[in-house]
Amino acid sequence: MLKYLIKRVLWMIPLLIGISLISFFIMHLAPGDITNNEGAFNPKASEESRQKLRELYNLDKPVIVQYGLWLKRMGSLDFGNSFASHQKPVFWQTNDKDGNVTKGMIQEALPITLMINILGLVITLSLAIPLGIVAARKYTLWQDKSITLFNFIGFSIPGFWLSLLLMYWLGVMNNWLPISGLHSINYESLDTWAKIKDSISHLILPVVIPSVTGLAGITLFVKNGMLDVFHQDYITTARAKGLSEHKVVYTHALRNALLPLITIIGLSIPGLIGGSVIAETIFAIPGMGKLFFDSVLMRDFPVIMGILTIGSALTLIGNLLADLAYAWADPRVRRGVVRN
Amino acid sequence: MNNLNVSLVKNTLYFICAIFIASCGKPNKDSSDYNKVYPSQTGGMLIDATIGEPSGLIYMVAGESAAAAISGNIFNKLLKYDKNLDLEGELAESWIISPDQKTITFKLKPNLKWADGKALTSDDVLFTWKLVTDEKTRSPYASDYQLVKNAVAPDTQTFSVTYEKAYAPALDSWSGLQILPKHLLEKQDIHTTTFARHPVGSHYYKLDSWTHGENLKLSRNPTSVMGQAKIDKLVTRIIPDNSAQFLELMADNIDSMGLDPIKYSRIIPARPELQKKLALYKELGNSYTYMGFNLKHKPFDDVRVRKAINYAIDKQEIIDGVYLGLGINIASPYKPGTRWSNPELKPYEYDVKKAKALLKEAGFVDLDGDGILERDGKPFAFEIITNQNKEREKSAVLIQRRLKDVGIDVKIRAIEWASFISRFIKTGDFDVVVLGWGLGLDPDQFNIWHSSQNQPGQFNFIHYNNPKIDALLEQGRLELNPDKRMKIYHEFAKVLLEDSPIVYLSAGYGLTAIHKRVKGIDTPAPPAGIGYNSHDWYIPEQLRRIEIGRNEIAEK
Repeated sequence: MLKYLIKRVLWMIPLLIGISLISFFIMHLAPGDITNNEGAFNPKASEESRQKLRELYNLDKPVIVQYGLWLKRMGSLDFGNSFASHQKPVFWQTNDKDGNVTKGMIQEALPITLMINILGLVITLSLAIPLGIVAARKYTLWQDKSITLFNFIGFSIPGFWLSLLLMYWLGVMNNWLPISGLHSINYESLDTWAKIKDSISHLILPVVIPSVTGLAGITLFVKNGMLDVFHQDYITTARAKGLSEHKVVYTHALRNALLPLITIIGLSIPGLIGGSVIAETIFAIPGMGKLFFDSVLMRDFPVIMGILTIGSALTLIGNLLADLAYAWADPRVRRGVVRN
Repeated sequence: MNNLNVSLVKNTLYFICAIFIASCGKPNKDSSDYNKVYPSQTGGMLIDATIGEPSGLIYMVAGESAAAAISGNIFNKLLKYDKNLDLEGELAESWIISPDQKTITFKLKPNLKWADGKALTSDDVLFTWKLVTDEKTRSPYASDYQLVKNAVAPDTQTFSVTYEKAYAPALDSWSGLQILPKHLLEKQDIHTTTFARHPVGSHYYKLDSWTHGENLKLSRNPTSVMGQAKIDKLVTRIIPDNSAQFLELMADNIDSMGLDPIKYSRIIPARPELQKKLALYKELGNSYTYMGFNLKHKPFDDVRVRKAINYAIDKQEIIDGVYLGLGINIASPYKPGTRWSNPELKPYEYDVKKAKALLKEAGFVDLDGDGILERDGKPFAFEIITNQNKEREKSAVLIQRRLKDVGIDVKIRAIEWASFISRFIKTGDFDVVVLGWGLGLDPDQFNIWHSSQNQPGQFNFIHYNNPKIDALLEQGRLELNPDKRMKIYHEFAKVLLEDSPIVYLSAGYGLTAIHKRVKGIDTPAPPAGIGYNSHDWYIPEQLRRIEIGRNEIAEK
């Protein structure tokens, strides 16, 4: 088991280098660089000063040389500084000699995105699993049909449209929830309890809307998993033994039906880290999706590469954890791993 | 089974309808009388919103408009434009131009102070000039200041610059350079200094806090060199989505935002509850949209073809259709109503007959009867490229249709900005562009029209080359007397219009909604725009937002 783990971890290094190499070249395939973003299209900004910028950022060197420089910096885990955001460090904070701290861009954005997406995933799962079980038990009955219809609607409604509608209804018409942002303007002057309430009320819409629209897939997964399991011999055996239906469903069927969910959660890890450009833009949340999107538009190469590298490292780790969790949950897999 | 399905669908539809009906309820009652006259008073908080977060508040290296909007409230410049767009002193009390027009000597106001209490002297001005022109400083706007051959600060109140030769845009350039404190930045690297996020300035406001991705809070600077602003606190919220911004405006969570024509002329007027609390302002900006020809490509080198296309495009249609009438037709590259705009010039009218005659004169005839003109056996067809900007795309579509009427086949392509610039504009690989210029207040447009400015990356990418225009532009740069300068630029605009290297499509109005609780705003907007006296805006106490927080409660 330990050998397997070490092997998997060591494999991640060449994989990460490969990913970064491909990302770096694809990024440079897109024409343009930081010096010709829209703000720079100003007759007061001369071509000489832009050329100077290009030299300072090494953008005048061949791509392969630039990649070499980047890789060298990465060797000492230095993600570099942003071109576009006043040389802010890309990943983690730095202290200058006077002790002033400048926070890293990913350091600021990642916790926000992770929090929102993990909360969303918890809500999705806690709704999807019961719904999937009900749909499987009442297969083809009205309960199943209404759940399917509900999911179908949730799946079809564009998230941004639903967001704007609910922002209008709950925020403008009724003033029940804040419309956008993470905190109220007077947040600092609130007491602790009011601060918590304020944060929660700001999170309701951005967390709930993606969960509702993302419910369909997982519900269907749980339902189909349950249906598959219901046809297995051991369920027939359990029923023949005279076990209560409750015990059959929740003790014997559910545990097996949920196994594929581990894979699903493993697959959702890139999404958890990446965030959503549209949701973050609409709700004015300074998360990873927005950060990545803006960096691409600005051709802010260090930030793009930083997000891609950290994103792929976390994804690889997530996949490894998912595999381990699978082995832990399913003895068949565990034996297969050990035998290899 | 089927019946069940049908009733389910029905019920669901009812449910959705119910949500919609519920959502059409009445908004919160607002009983304040916004139209009453209130006396001017200090205090209150104004909240506005920005789409992008500034990268830092040192404008010379940040460069983007979000930074300018906020740093402009914190830092002073030597000069500024008044209500009527004439230059007046800001930090400078007066300035003298030497007889040879090469030296400008600024006399600073006495007893200037930074927000931290230290004295602001000509040494700070000299330091700022050295900083912006420093080899190591990555400023996109350094070129104006690099023309200064020699800068000195002989005493604490005098700052003097000498140019190689007279440079008329110099005065304007000193209305653009925000003066930075030497004592805080002297030993710092301008690009990494935390000063960019914790600035200390001398203007009406100082930065209190900056929450990344959320908001920037400014409060009144009690030692402001310009006197005291009326409003206590300015908050800028970062809301990247326009629709979300508008919802916040509707819900009274922000006081002002820039509008697009649809919101300005359709949505707000149709809603009495919004009309009641929002005041709408329109002002001409220093910007216009145009269609530019690549003059190196045939047949655009022929002035008759350019004029024909100019006559064939119905500009009023574009203004009405794309900008919902919120723009004006222009005949010179200057803001109408200002000194530099030549009032005698009239835009090309929409005249298909003239267009057709000119095209015929240039040798274009439709020989094969397919509705498209040909010359030398080749059909007259070209591609308009533009960046992904809805207004420009729509304008291009209207142009396409009008040019079809005169027998020109036009295709349209919209391209993402960075690709647009590096693949097409820089390489000169385009026929026609639809783009816009947003310009400063100085009339000098050397960088855009002079024939020497056509290298890749420079701004005369249409390759305009007219010795007469070159001469006028050079002359205009040497003349510091405003009246003489005006004549030069009037002549320049006249030649330009006659030569038609670009088709002026429209100058759109800048549209803003500001909550009616904010008083003291000039309407109609003066030439400088409504913002020129924002320090005199005030919010009467009765109309202020009710802010409930621990501190406020404790005070009561």
